Amino acid sequence: MTAPVEAETRGSLRGRTRSRDEVRSMRIPILILIVVCVGAPFVIYPVILMKVLCWALFACAFNLLLGYVGLLSFGHALFFGAAGYLAAHAAKVWGLPFELAVLTGVVTAAALGLAVGWLAIRRQGIYFAMVTLALAQMFYFFCLRAPFTGGEDGIQGVPRGKLLGLVSLQSNFTMYWVVLAIFLLGFFFIFRVIHSPFGQVLKAVRENEPRAVSLGYGADHYKLIAFVLSAALSGLAGGTKSIVFELASLTDVHWGTSGEVILMVLLGGLGTVFGPIVGAVVVVCVESFFAQFGGWVTVIQGGLFVVCVLAFRRGIIGELSRVLRRPL
Amino acid sequence: MTTVFGVPIQALFSQLLVGLINGSFYALLSLGLAIIFGLLNIVNFAHGALYMLGALTAWLLLEHFGIGYWPALILSPLVVGLFGAVIERTMLKRIRGLDPIYGLLLTFGLALVIQGVARNYFGVSGEPYEMPPQLSGGKNLGFMFLPNYRGWVVLVSVVICGLTWFVIERTRVGSYLRASTENPLLVQAFGINVPRLITLTYGLGVALAALAGVMAAPIYRVSPLMGADLIIVVFAVVVIGGMGSIFGSILTGFALGVIEGLTKVYYPEASNTVVFVIMALVLLVKPAGLFGRTA
Repeated sequence: MTAPVEAETRGSLRGRTRSRDEVRSMRIPILILIVVCVGAPFVIYPVILMKVLCWALFACAFNLLLGYVGLLSFGHALFFGAAGYLAAHAAKVWGLPFELAVLTGVVTAAALGLAVGWLAIRRQGIYFAMVTLALAQMFYFFCLRAPFTGGEDGIQGVPRGKLLGLVSLQSNFTMYWVVLAIFLLGFFFIFRVIHSPFGQVLKAVRENEPRAVSLGYGADHYKLIAFVLSAALSGLAGGTKSIVFELASLTDVHWGTSGEVILMVLLGGLGTVFGPIVGAVVVVCVESFFAQFGGWVTVIQGGLFVVCVLAFRRGIIGELSRVLRRPL
Repeated sequence: MTTVFGVPIQALFSQLLVGLINGSFYALLSLGLAIIFGLLNIVNFAHGALYMLGALTAWLLLEHFGIGYWPALILSPLVVGLFGAVIERTMLKRIRGLDPIYGLLLTFGLALVIQGVARNYFGVSGEPYEMPPQLSGGKNLGFMFLPNYRGWVVLVSVVICGLTWFVIERTRVGSYLRASTENPLLVQAFGINVPRLITLTYGLGVALAALAGVMAAPIYRVSPLMGADLIIVVFAVVVIGGMGSIFGSILTGFALGVIEGLTKVYYPEASNTVVFVIMALVLLVKPAGLFGRTA
């Protein structure tokens, strides 16, 4: 009688060890990431680095949903952009300090995530993508008309203010360390979520939803929590970005932004820990490089999508992880 | 002057007509999406870009070869449909059997490429396209003024939608198509060339989009981004109607166009968003869509 129980315990123990091994094997890559991030502003212009970090956080948040729950949201620009508007508004009109302005953005994004997620998880797969896209487009039209967004002009001249009322953020170099801290906070939070028991259930839902349900997990419940988390973290990225660049605009809520974040995750590697960061670096570099050629950026982005789907579905980090035979 | 709920009847009917026109385009596009999804299990994100390509081809034919509206009405869907068949043969074919998400991403990429290339060569502002002289002018129906061209667009859309429905539901080729939607392997075992059927289906869906594009050219300007926002509205239409039924997509397309037109009269601020609001409501009440089978 004790045999099955014993086997079950052993099984779960083995599972836990594997998860711990995975976390342990990440130590070196994480160290490399931190070293690169700390060293970079001494070599590269901090403004472009801050852009990369904001997008990388956004991409990591998106990967939490697409890579680990298997939900393709085509409307994540909604959370990114809405948080950007609210943070900018809070900093400029309400005069809130940096950290509270960003927090306002995060709370807004989480609330919107709850509403959109609650509606969208009623449909699965491809319909989920279309529903989120449509709701984001609705929000875009709302932003186009709402008085506080400034329409086509956006909210310009957002003050960076002082961190905790003490440290002035006017210098790009100082600002960089704050953005880096926010990015790492978000990154480790996502890392923790993915490797928690909650994260294991998310993966189970991704792999086989009916089976997860039959095991007693309320799949919709888990999906909704993951959706809200992803939206809030996207908001963290969006809010930070609008204050760093002192601008919140319609571009951030446009479907093009949703497309860009999808491309970053796809290019870097779906469901990998470091993929979204690498994807964000590549996409931001490509954009800055091709910006001088005008409209060709869109063509390049589209081409990258086609190539990734046809020949490169694992992405850069996914391929690397296969070659090195270790999770990355 | 007669009024309905405080709105002059003239204004009401002319907005209803505008709504019907938009509804025609929604119907043609969502019909194409539904046919393609049925057989390929792909949501064709490039549908808006191919609609634009239809209009652009008509404009190019006129500009460079002096070929007018009437031949373009046939030629442009043919050319764009052929282009679609090439896309299917070279790309979509390779991702068959994968998660449909990849199909969406691939066609999204294609849409970016097509729209980006078009924007580089034609600019963002777009070009006007002359209305065919036979259809200029209009008739006074007493209660409203009916521009001939707009009446023509609605008429053609209804006829084409009806024809497509007839071909799929009532003919032998249509029965092959429906059977392949259910079980492609078994149909192939009966000696029907399913891969060719799939290519033809994608070409047909794309040709419908191009036809809508040619008809839209004289009404809106021919511009590289004319399909970019439209496709999102059509996605909402498809979510509302559900892609399971041909008749359902046609009806939902026309109905939502009319509702949008009515919103323009009574509450213009919401005319851009009304379709999305209806989508949200339908998701609350009937998540599978009005004509959808189980999700």
